[in-house]
Amino acid sequence: MDSGVLQQLVNSLLIGSVYSLVAIGLTLIWGVMNIINFAHGEFLMLGMFIAFWFYTLLHLDPLFSIPICAAVLFILGAAIYRFIVSKVMSGPLLAQLVVTFGVSIFLANLAVMLWTPDFRLIEKPLLSGTWSLGAVQLSIPKFAASLGSVLVSAGILLFLKKTKTGKAILAVEMNRESALLMGINTERINALSFGVGAALVGIAGAFLSMYYYIYPQVGGLFGLISFCIVALGGFGSIEGAFLAGILIGFVQTLGGYYFDPAYKYAIVFLVYLITVWIRPQGLLGW
Amino acid sequence: MGNVTRRRFLIGGSALAVSMPWLVSETFAAPTKTIKIGGLYPLTGNLASTGLDCKRGAEMAVEIINGKYDLNLPLAKTEGLPNLGGAKIEVVWADTKGEPKNGQAEAERVVTQDGVVGVIGAYQSAVTKTASQATERLRIPYVCSDSSSPTLTERGLKYFFRVSPHDGIFAHDQFNFLKDLEKVKKQKVQTLGLLYENTEFGSNVGKQENKYAQEYGYQVVADISYTANATDVTSEVGRLTKANPDVLMHASYITDAILFTKTFKEMGFNPKGMLTMAGYIEPGYLPAVKADGDYVIVRSTFALDLAKSKPLVAKVNELFKKKYGVDMSENAARSFTAPFVFADAINRARTTEPEAVVKALHETNIPGDQVIYPWKGVRFDPQFNQNIYATGTLVQVQNQQYATVWPFEAAAKDVVWPFPAWKSRK
Repeated sequence: MDSGVLQQLVNSLLIGSVYSLVAIGLTLIWGVMNIINFAHGEFLMLGMFIAFWFYTLLHLDPLFSIPICAAVLFILGAAIYRFIVSKVMSGPLLAQLVVTFGVSIFLANLAVMLWTPDFRLIEKPLLSGTWSLGAVQLSIPKFAASLGSVLVSAGILLFLKKTKTGKAILAVEMNRESALLMGINTERINALSFGVGAALVGIAGAFLSMYYYIYPQVGGLFGLISFCIVALGGFGSIEGAFLAGILIGFVQTLGGYYFDPAYKYAIVFLVYLITVWIRPQGLLGW
Repeated sequence: MGNVTRRRFLIGGSALAVSMPWLVSETFAAPTKTIKIGGLYPLTGNLASTGLDCKRGAEMAVEIINGKYDLNLPLAKTEGLPNLGGAKIEVVWADTKGEPKNGQAEAERVVTQDGVVGVIGAYQSAVTKTASQATERLRIPYVCSDSSSPTLTERGLKYFFRVSPHDGIFAHDQFNFLKDLEKVKKQKVQTLGLLYENTEFGSNVGKQENKYAQEYGYQVVADISYTANATDVTSEVGRLTKANPDVLMHASYITDAILFTKTFKEMGFNPKGMLTMAGYIEPGYLPAVKADGDYVIVRSTFALDLAKSKPLVAKVNELFKKKYGVDMSENAARSFTAPFVFADAINRARTTEPEAVVKALHETNIPGDQVIYPWKGVRFDPQFNQNIYATGTLVQVQNQQYATVWPFEAAAKDVVWPFPAWKSRK
């Protein structure tokens, strides 16, 4: 067996689990409010920058910035919902689609203005280096990022299924009117979901900052892939988003290895198109 | 008509007569003209840091042309263009956002709406391609000194001129270097891995390298094209590790240069040498990767150590550093030249009328001591409008600094070969 394949399989899991975490935040917002958060990639970027600045100015390792990124992005997400998105919820559908797009452009360019378009890297994170495991070189920061992503994903799933607030969120996702009738404050749930969705991708940003380069437009491709993953997994399904994220990690890495790296993203989106053609609601969607 | 009216007529008439000369001179005097040139660069988007770099180079050049500087550069010692009454150059900046479709739109906009008489830019060959197609249609001259795809000057365009070397020249340089390495340093190379980003720039480099590999008798064991803004390049590096080439030739922009360097280190990819283009010489590259960038060899037109043989380089860099707080980079240095070529041509043509400027551009003959590169000067061949004196050098990163290592006769430092393995470094 080609020894290189084992390495690629490992890499697939590593990148796939981070994709999953990014996508879970998006699917939560989408499922609860039917709002496509086009600014999702920018939330990722902000998470990365928060980790970067805490590292540069206060020498705080990205590992310890995770709660800060989560908290800041939670507040930002909830605020964006409260002051911007909630206003258009009762408006035309087009306005709802466009408003997060506007937020995305605003955030990316605000970042350019505040921090210049230059590329930043966290040079000496606590977790760095590679473990040599036979034929496989396991990057330690990537491993930590993917392990962390899996744990956080499991955590959010538990929160949604086992806690009262979590169940309320799921209820609103399933049927908004009924949830309202059951006495759930849907406005509060909306804000909470937006906040939690943003916090999740903020955490993903903190993880990514340990090994990826940071700059204002970094959200672009990650955001695009996360839309694809959400649609593949099924809108609103957390398990679906997690599964689809891992799947896309495999498709991208193995597709690039076996076919042609030039087409690896084409293959990703092709897989998405085929799935949606066979099963429009996605893998685990309702 | 009474007494009062006649008096009024006399007073008004004499006042008019006295002010006549002043009025006439105001109406018919030519005010100091501004000559507008369009500057197209990726000022936002993924390559915004590069765009800013290029913009600074061009801005610095315009400042020198418009002001009075004791430098051996065209039109530096006079203020503005002397043959046009001291007219000054003004650059109308246009943001291409790094996309070819915007290159075309912005070129059209600056010509039709802002009335520019010429265009410079746009760094990315794919964007320069569309922008220059627009200017060709509009019959406006375009002088490019920062895009390297050879196809740009192979389209038979009449209004497009390129000052800097193209990737055919750079690729040829890389192979000449490998041959020299064998002859002089006795280091043999047999297999090559070609890695390039998939737009106009990278794909053409790939073609050129394949061509020369065949000509020079090297075996290409990996030929990989990829998307510059990838989230992950482990597949690409996996394929390279499997193919195990002696030398890697990589044509990238800055984002992929950074990502690949990190992945090469992570996956332990150790070729005997890395010959690269563009991304690795961006000012943002070394600050991002620090010591991991050491020993990479990059094609260049400019290096600060040229100052040893050309003091002009040090003087220009001093001005640049004073204004922007950083040393001049290769990008800034390349974009620095186009405004001079334009100003020189317009000055000789004594008009901004496009046909006359194009004629003047064809007659350009700027001597080698008036450019900040190791060139014999600027002179365009009549068929392709490419500067026949444009040549490249190779620099290597040593201790996080770029040092000229080839041609060996002009080298500031000795080349370090082979590429020290990742594990053996600190």
